[in-house]
Amino acid sequence: MTDLEKPRTSGRPMVMAEGVRKSYGTVEVLKGIDLEVKQGEVFCLIGPSGSGKSTFLRCINHLEKINGGLLSVDGELVGYRMKGGKLHELKDREVALQRRDIGMVFQRFNLFPHMTALENVIEAPVQVKKESRADAKERAMALLERVGLADKAGNYPTQLSGGQQQRVAIARALAMKPKLMLFDEPTSALDPELVGDVLDVMRGLAEEGMTMIVVTHEMGFAREVGDALVFMDGGVVVESGHPRDVLTDPRHERTRAFLSKVL
Amino acid sequence: MNSPDQGAAAPERHRTIKAVPVRHPGRWAGAVVIAVLAAMLLHALIFNPAFQWDVVGKYLFDSGIVHGLGVTLELTALSMVMGVVGGIVLAVMRLSPNPLLAGTAWCYIWVFRGTPVLVQLVFWNFLGALWPKLSLGIPFGPSFWSESTNSLIPVFTAALLGLGLNEAAYMAEIVRGGIQSVDEGQSEAAHALGMSRFQTMRRIILPQAMRVIIPPTGNETISMLKTTSLVSVIALEELFRAGQNIYSRNFQTVPLLITVSLWYLFLTSVLTIGQYYIERYYARGTTRTLPPTPLQRIRSFFRGSPLPPAPPTVVSGSPHSGPGGGPS
Repeated sequence: MTDLEKPRTSGRPMVMAEGVRKSYGTVEVLKGIDLEVKQGEVFCLIGPSGSGKSTFLRCINHLEKINGGLLSVDGELVGYRMKGGKLHELKDREVALQRRDIGMVFQRFNLFPHMTALENVIEAPVQVKKESRADAKERAMALLERVGLADKAGNYPTQLSGGQQQRVAIARALAMKPKLMLFDEPTSALDPELVGDVLDVMRGLAEEGMTMIVVTHEMGFAREVGDALVFMDGGVVVESGHPRDVLTDPRHERTRAFLSKVL
Repeated sequence: MNSPDQGAAAPERHRTIKAVPVRHPGRWAGAVVIAVLAAMLLHALIFNPAFQWDVVGKYLFDSGIVHGLGVTLELTALSMVMGVVGGIVLAVMRLSPNPLLAGTAWCYIWVFRGTPVLVQLVFWNFLGALWPKLSLGIPFGPSFWSESTNSLIPVFTAALLGLGLNEAAYMAEIVRGGIQSVDEGQSEAAHALGMSRFQTMRRIILPQAMRVIIPPTGNETISMLKTTSLVSVIALEELFRAGQNIYSRNFQTVPLLITVSLWYLFLTSVLTIGQYYIERYYARGTTRTLPPTPLQRIRSFFRGSPLPPAPPTVVSGSPHSGPGGGPS
């Protein structure tokens, strides 16, 4: 998959959203989102805070339940089953099964503070996939090596810097061998000099062909690594296209106004 | 002596501060007043013949009292185990999205926290009068097995049920507070990894909730130790009842109440010390520097001010490098 001659995306849709709506009480935060993320694509979501980009990301692994529209991952509806022309809610167990294949990285890392870096990474493979501890440990060490933290395996999260914690969090998500990775502003809580290490790991993942949806304020990363970019505002997709085009020559006034503030 | 505020500004900057500490004359005056009052109280206690300290001493290790002490300790330990286990189950039920579980837990807590534990104890003891036989079988149908209630629930079991089930209701609220203190991001991260609700609770949430749950549990244990004395009303011979039994024969009521109280005070003191260190242990990571233990505080008081031995920074030409004369 690392062959650079090959086109990165296979064209097969990994995530399909059609008119996705989400509201909290009477406040509608997603007002009909349509988009398609292809397999192997690095898909960037940008927009001002409160635009619904994080909420949309959380809908993809059913941390938020959608109120309208259709949302599917790898051809399977998220959180629902279509039966006899009707949507049926999935049981908790079935939702958990769907989430196994979708990795998620949070803005605030959310590492388990009572476990070492290594224990954080092997937790889900051992508990959820019932892998043997030895196998999980071996793979976890390889993953920690890959994010450059093999020497920190025995450290607790509080003993790690923000950037290191976030890289452990990425390793933890990868340990479940996901087919899709969701990144929710992964560098927003980091000191500026720590951002680079995390982005390097993400760049490496992209090169290996991982399908990634990234909510970010790192326009440099979006331009350099992204295959597609969507600008959201007020719960709708305002503009989408190739990052180079949208970032350098935005067509919409709102996109232009937003970019002039962050670039 | 050189005047310190004349010239030598640079050396002054590098010197370790040796300032006159703030004096507290009020504290010393207060201490004298308290000491006099304490002496008066002790005098009144020791030299009042009504207390009969010789009788107190005589019964302190009486076999009946010591046996009662054992029952009290056993009852406290078992009730707390029941309370903690029951409390965790109830708290998890109450936070469950399943309305049946949440409702059941709510009702349980409502009843057991809403009625006096004394009434509950008597109720469990008189269960045999309400339902002479307990049986297992088809609801409203035939029964396969039955046993008389009084042989099924002897007085110790009744006491244990009364105290343990009541404690579970209180512990449930403590555990619930602990669970809710864990950041929501933790369960989100666990769910995102595909962990089930149960796995998330057992592996991620409860271990982190413990730091909030354990200190008040120590408090509950101390409270339980004394609450066991209520069991005397259903004639279980624990510490307080053992004392009652003796003074009902020899009419030495006050000395025996003191004997019993001394034991309770001793046991709660032991538990208090234990609780202090448990709380200290669980405060790690939340407070940057732990406060000194009482022992450390006493030691530093007698040693004088606990200044760490700072490496001497010798500044050239300072005539004032020796220990300055003690400020009056």
